[in-house]
Amino acid sequence: MSLQVALFFLFGIGAIATAIGTITRRNPVAAAVNLIAHFFMLAGLYLTLEAQLLAVLQILVYAGAIMVLVVFVIMLLNLGNEQALREQFTMRKIVGVVLAAMFVLQVSVLVNAQPTGATTLSPKAATLGTVESIGQALFTQYLFPFEAISLLLLAALVGAIILAKRKVE
Amino acid sequence: MNLQSVPLDWYLIVAAALFTIGVIGVVTRRNAIIVFMAIEMMLNSVNLVFISFAQFLGDITGQIFVLFVMAVAAGEAAIGLAIVLALFRNKRTVYVDEVNVLKW
Repeated sequence: MSLQVALFFLFGIGAIATAIGTITRRNPVAAAVNLIAHFFMLAGLYLTLEAQLLAVLQILVYAGAIMVLVVFVIMLLNLGNEQALREQFTMRKIVGVVLAAMFVLQVSVLVNAQPTGATTLSPKAATLGTVESIGQALFTQYLFPFEAISLLLLAALVGAIILAKRKVE
Repeated sequence: MNLQSVPLDWYLIVAAALFTIGVIGVVTRRNAIIVFMAIEMMLNSVNLVFISFAQFLGDITGQIFVLFVMAVAAGEAAIGLAIVLALFRNKRTVYVDEVNVLKW
């Protein structure tokens, strides 16, 4: 087993375990900590795919910025553990399990019907993930979407301030 | 086991499993913040698919798309959490099944 395969198993199983941890914890802070671990595992998976810049961005943006925001809101709301509603919760559980089973079925049928056949990374993969190649594509070919996304972030910023303001006149 | 590298299908299966866990989280949890975290998890599983295809096919487009998904997720985080805050201020709850003013 090569290093890439071993790391894939380590991070893949870790990512799935922490994901299950996130949606099963009653305490929101415990769920958030599981989710942070999940983002680190995903960054590890990106590294096994030789996407260095995105692995770093994953930790900076998700584990850094977004999760700080989430933990901050949990702290502001001072929530206790989630109480399960007996009758509704079982109904939801059934719906959730049925949906999940259907999805797993679909994916397994798709993967079995048409295996992609790709077994090794592209020889260009290591150079594709660098800051240089991503920046090159982002500021030439994808310049317009880049500008559009900055406008979207501005709109989200203004919207968040208006929504969270104490009194809207 | 005598594997030299991980095939693309395995990454797709991991991503599908993560997406499914996210769906279960959205459907079964009551706490709006945990529902929100499950949505982030689903976005991330799609990112994993984008990066896998980009790296196996040797095309930069998938990685660029992930950057945009991350930006949208950041905006969504700010707006979503502001909505949760506003909800808590008005209703004193973050449990999605207790908020039913739009129900007929």
